[in-house]
Amino acid sequence: MSHNNLTATATMDGTALPVRKERRESLWHDIVDGVSSNKASLVSFWFIVALAVIAIVTKLFPQVLPFDPYTQDLSASLQAPSATHWFGTDIQGYDIFSRVLVGTQISLTVGFAAVAISLTIGVILGSIAGYKGGIADTVIMRIMDMMLAIPSILLAIAFMAAMGKGIEKAVIAIGLVAIPEYARIVRSEILSIKENDYVAAAHVIGDSNFAIVFRHVLPNVLPSIIVRATLGISSAILDTAALGFLGLGVQPPLAEWGSMLGIGRQYIFQEPWLMFFPGFAIMLTVLAFNLLGDGLRDGLDPKSRKR
Amino acid sequence: MVIPVLLGVTIIIFLITRVLAPDPAPVVLGEHATPDQMQAWRQDNGLADPIWLQYINFLGNALKGDLGHSYYTGAPVTQEIAARFPATIELAICAIILASIVGIALGVIAAVHKNKAADHVSMLIALIGVSMPIFWSGILLIIFFSGTLHVLPSSGRINPLLEPTGGTGFFIIDTIARGDWEALGDTLQHLILPTVALSLYSMAIITRMTRSSMLDTLNADYVRTARAKGLSKRIVNRKHALRNAMLPVTTVIGLQFGSLLGGAILTETVFSWPGIGKFTVDCVLKSDFPIIQGVVLLVAIIFVLINLIVDIVYAYLDPRIKYDTKDEG
Repeated sequence: MSHNNLTATATMDGTALPVRKERRESLWHDIVDGVSSNKASLVSFWFIVALAVIAIVTKLFPQVLPFDPYTQDLSASLQAPSATHWFGTDIQGYDIFSRVLVGTQISLTVGFAAVAISLTIGVILGSIAGYKGGIADTVIMRIMDMMLAIPSILLAIAFMAAMGKGIEKAVIAIGLVAIPEYARIVRSEILSIKENDYVAAAHVIGDSNFAIVFRHVLPNVLPSIIVRATLGISSAILDTAALGFLGLGVQPPLAEWGSMLGIGRQYIFQEPWLMFFPGFAIMLTVLAFNLLGDGLRDGLDPKSRKR
Repeated sequence: MVIPVLLGVTIIIFLITRVLAPDPAPVVLGEHATPDQMQAWRQDNGLADPIWLQYINFLGNALKGDLGHSYYTGAPVTQEIAARFPATIELAICAIILASIVGIALGVIAAVHKNKAADHVSMLIALIGVSMPIFWSGILLIIFFSGTLHVLPSSGRINPLLEPTGGTGFFIIDTIARGDWEALGDTLQHLILPTVALSLYSMAIITRMTRSSMLDTLNADYVRTARAKGLSKRIVNRKHALRNAMLPVTTVIGLQFGSLLGGAILTETVFSWPGIGKFTVDCVLKSDFPIIQGVVLLVAIIFVLINLIVDIVYAYLDPRIKYDTKDEG
């Protein structure tokens, strides 16, 4: 009996077909509920939306910026915050305010792209390990243990040392080092989910392993993945900034908050605003993703709800 | 599990630095080096062999305590790391002690005063701690305490004129052993800002874990029983709740020590701290791969050993685990 037959049969009694729709609606409802019932989380959500709008608008319509973030003006070098330059200027006369705004493009892009890499590979590896078990599980999880034995920033630095500097390489390095976290979460969830009767039923009706994992198992892992990915974006943004700060990640003149801090460090006592605004931007963004992640966890994973 | 994980780490780091990385010869010798010079250099450094042979040689030498030589100074990697290792460990130990003391205190206060002002303040501190880039907090501390108040030094480990020579390399121990109180004071002054900066993230994690663990134990039956039989709230909190709440916190503290070694890379760069973290960044910028291999391997060994110690301490703290062990024996 094919899976479609089961769905059709079940549809006749009016229960099975709405189940998947209900599950989707329920997940969406839990997300909205989790975020909206937590004030800090809700504010963070709108803050992140605002950041995304800033990133998109400054990319599509750079003329809205008060100054071109990539045009040097040596006559305006190292100016303190003023009515003209709200956040001051750096040694090359770049307007810090414009660069902090444009910095949202890189932070959000790298954050989401790095998480997309770790999420995709982590979910695939975790699914194989959890669902297949046996030797595949042992091999995959031991490799994950090995990666976890190296602090993620050190591993990312080692990758950057090997691959060279640049934004794409930073995305890959940050994405790769976070794979074990997703693989472990997905594996442990799948280990418990695969014991459920509905998975056994799918086996009985002849569904392939691939179909079972994608149709029945992964949708149930989704809540944990969403929470982890949200928190993962904040870690990715922090790691991007750290690599940029060390001079290993995104390279100047690209406006990236971490590299702005790294350059400004030479003027730490004379021009502290060079340090203050990009750092504040990183902190607020990371804080927003952390708070959003907390809210989502409350909604999606009541077991780990913060009391 | 320790040996296979460490073996795996050597494979990972070998793949990254020898397979993924481009040929280091042009970087190390400069763009004017001739192909013959580069080939000679590769042969000198064992890079002309097939990759599997390079790995076997690396592993064989590593087992004998030889992690190769720096491409630049020619000095043994172990010697280069050993010279800087105490600085990093001293900083990391101070940071984990500070993070544990403040983190546990804040976590307990938050749990005991759940949903009151003290709880909210503790949680706010924890939230900021996990969200603040470690290098930015270091920079802010330098701007405020060194640049504005001029009360603490912004870089280095000690005034070079007071630096103890020989000894363990751990300046706190060395200066105390010699009774050199002026040098000890200077060492401690230099330690304060990097320690605070490095500890903030771990402090936040320990605070959250302690709070959550304390709330679990405060709701447990044995705590209610202890209160019911007339013990004061303070004694119950300290002797019954906190002691049991410490079990998961111990694990977190152990894990945090590993993450502190990662954080030390950033803190050391901000504070020009002469440890292995700053050294690693310098070597990454120069593609000095033997040093990077050595540092990653060393950090992984420490991390794995700490996990082992945490397991042992956990068994010591949890009577149930001891009971099971006895039972099996």
